[in-house]
Amino acid sequence: MLSRTADNLYWLSRYVERADCLARILDVAQRLAYTPVTYGGSTNEWSSAVLTAGCVEGFVARHGPVENATEENVVSFLAFDPENSSSIRNCFEVARTNARSVRTALTSEMWDVINSAWIELRAFPDKVMTREELARFLAFVKETSLRFDGATFRTMLRNDAYWFSRVGAHVERADNTARILDVKYHVLLPEKEHVGGPLDYFQWASILRSVSALTAFHWVYRDSVKPWLVADLLILNRQMPRSLAACYDNVSRSLDDIGGAYGRQGPAQRLARSTLAKLSNHSIEDIFQAGLHEFISDFILNNYKLGNEITEQYLT
Amino acid sequence: MARAFDEMSSDDGSVRKAYETLNRWLTNVPHDVLDHRRKEAEFIFRRIGITFAVYGEQNAQERLIPFDIVPRIITKDEWTRLAKGLEQRVKALNLYIKDVYSKREVLRAGIVPEELVYQNPAFRPEMNGQAVPHDLYVHIAGIDIVRTDPDTFYVLEDNARTPSGVSYMLENREIMLRLFPELFSLHRVAPVENYADDLLATLRSLSPNGAHEPNVAILTPGIYNSAYYEHSFLADKLGVDLVEGRDLFVKDNIVYMRTTEGPKRVDVIYRRLDDDFLDPLAFRPDSVLGVPGLMSAYKAGNVTLTNAVGTGVADDKAVYSYMPEIIKFYLGEEPLLANVPTWRCREPDHLKYVLEHLEELVVKEVHGSGGYGMLVGPKSDKAQIEAFRAKLKHDPANFIAQPTLALSTCPTLVDEGVAPRHVDLRPFVLSGSDKVRIVPGGLTRVAMKEGSLVVNSSQGGGTKDTWVLDA
Repeated sequence: MLSRTADNLYWLSRYVERADCLARILDVAQRLAYTPVTYGGSTNEWSSAVLTAGCVEGFVARHGPVENATEENVVSFLAFDPENSSSIRNCFEVARTNARSVRTALTSEMWDVINSAWIELRAFPDKVMTREELARFLAFVKETSLRFDGATFRTMLRNDAYWFSRVGAHVERADNTARILDVKYHVLLPEKEHVGGPLDYFQWASILRSVSALTAFHWVYRDSVKPWLVADLLILNRQMPRSLAACYDNVSRSLDDIGGAYGRQGPAQRLARSTLAKLSNHSIEDIFQAGLHEFISDFILNNYKLGNEITEQYLT
Repeated sequence: MARAFDEMSSDDGSVRKAYETLNRWLTNVPHDVLDHRRKEAEFIFRRIGITFAVYGEQNAQERLIPFDIVPRIITKDEWTRLAKGLEQRVKALNLYIKDVYSKREVLRAGIVPEELVYQNPAFRPEMNGQAVPHDLYVHIAGIDIVRTDPDTFYVLEDNARTPSGVSYMLENREIMLRLFPELFSLHRVAPVENYADDLLATLRSLSPNGAHEPNVAILTPGIYNSAYYEHSFLADKLGVDLVEGRDLFVKDNIVYMRTTEGPKRVDVIYRRLDDDFLDPLAFRPDSVLGVPGLMSAYKAGNVTLTNAVGTGVADDKAVYSYMPEIIKFYLGEEPLLANVPTWRCREPDHLKYVLEHLEELVVKEVHGSGGYGMLVGPKSDKAQIEAFRAKLKHDPANFIAQPTLALSTCPTLVDEGVAPRHVDLRPFVLSGSDKVRIVPGGLTRVAMKEGSLVVNSSQGGGTKDTWVLDA
């Protein structure tokens, strides 16, 4: 297929996934911000939302230091700001632009999801007036990504177009999970001194909630929320669709499918496989021992590199 | 101006035979049902994203072309006549362009004045003496037809560059089939859905080197082009790649596309990009939409471009006025389809007449399109006419004039109900190395405003499904 088509499919999926993630980040920040401070709520939940979304620079340019983060300016920045290239609004805009460029590679159902979402988005005001409106908006964003994934899964031919789209979605999803961990890793570390008791629970729970895994946690571990189990679920547990291991399982498999169909492997396949191996061969104890933060930083870097390798090998 | 010929109802109120069933149906169906279906159609169009862009309009970047749900009906006999005339006309166009870029017998015989060729901005010296595959230039033509009475069809314009609109012809039919199955059960409507198949067969027949499995691609300027939807629609229906300039490159005079599996050779390019932008090395050096080296690959005979480069030399409105003579010259036949009488403002006595009759004529730019830059005398006020007079005097050769035709009308659903509106018709003619293919019908454009004669979509015109009845 055309390299540009593959590139568009790859990024289309990444942007839909990113919009979904931003919606979760806002959801969780809002919830935590309303939690009384004694239960782990804190005044800087909004700045940590900006950090997790990975758009500190843009935010600072627009609203000043991250400490200035408030519900109002963060919601507006992450959800609607046309100046923020990664705002939810822009994710949808770019997704639709990409989708238009590759309409012939999409099924009509996939196009319909993207185009309808884009039309519906215009019905939302630029600035959210009420919390109800925001809630409705975030639900709409999450539903769109669900519909898009569903349409992709149910209607696309299983060929390179499908695989590139899946690679994009899972590379992005891995990046998002990793960034949540990167910002919040300190609350999972045992040597943390300044807090204890209920505070911890709400912090840990909020991490789980940001990847929609709070219920799943209990089903998987049948235990109360413990920081190393939270880390295990998000990093190593393949049952959990947003864990790094599950994402890389998918990334690696889709890349292998592409390599198989083309009869040729390259650096992208090798890098994906070696990252997957790291996720398979370590226990969570090993990771904590070697340093959780280092492990996450390392992963984010490698995931970024993989994006470059994929671009180099296929998309240009 | 006398009341225009209505394709459904005669002056005495009787209904023409082809429209009898439709008229009965229209009379019986309540207005709000029609209105509801119209809204449904609009919803579907927007949802599918069948939009176009109007240049120069900031906010309305993507607009819907109004779709009218009342079909236009053409009888089998009428269509048979039209189709023969269309085939003849496109054959002559192809022979004329070949001649213009080779022996120029038409100039030597004094049929067409030299300056219409040499001073034509669409004339491409690069094509001089250049053979093209199968001697064909205009592979996809859109010939605009208007009707003024039961027996008279005129050709209004030849589009020999990159005519658009065929996606509307196809989508309109699909929507009508969805919305009005009962109407189709009452009529025997000739299908149009084989157009995509015909187009693919035509493109494949044009392979430059007899490639067994020619690789065909559609070249688009990109998503911001006003006809982008159509480009992607056609690529999808044909099952070929939709490429932009940056997807292609030329090496050793062979055109390749960049794919995830490495370079892949391209044999036939259906380009929806004007000559000027095709190749920055040969034409506009600032074009970022084109492919450097494409012209040399083309001249080396390694790729077919459809339509060929330089076809614009045959479709401006000045050359148009010579088409009857051109047909006679190359085919030795009388033209089957008439031209609208045309005054060439380049000729002093014609200019004099036009200047004296501006308020009753339609004056058009020779290279204009899309309904821009024209004067419709009877619809203009004094100031507009005087302003146009100045333009015309300044550069007469740039204009032609025609009588204000009473374009036929068809029943059309508007706010007040079903009312007559003026229409034209653009059938699409495909010329392959094996044969000429025309699907029955074409795109009917309709001026939605009462009394308006301008059907162009850029000026608020709409479209209709066109039914050629099979019996």
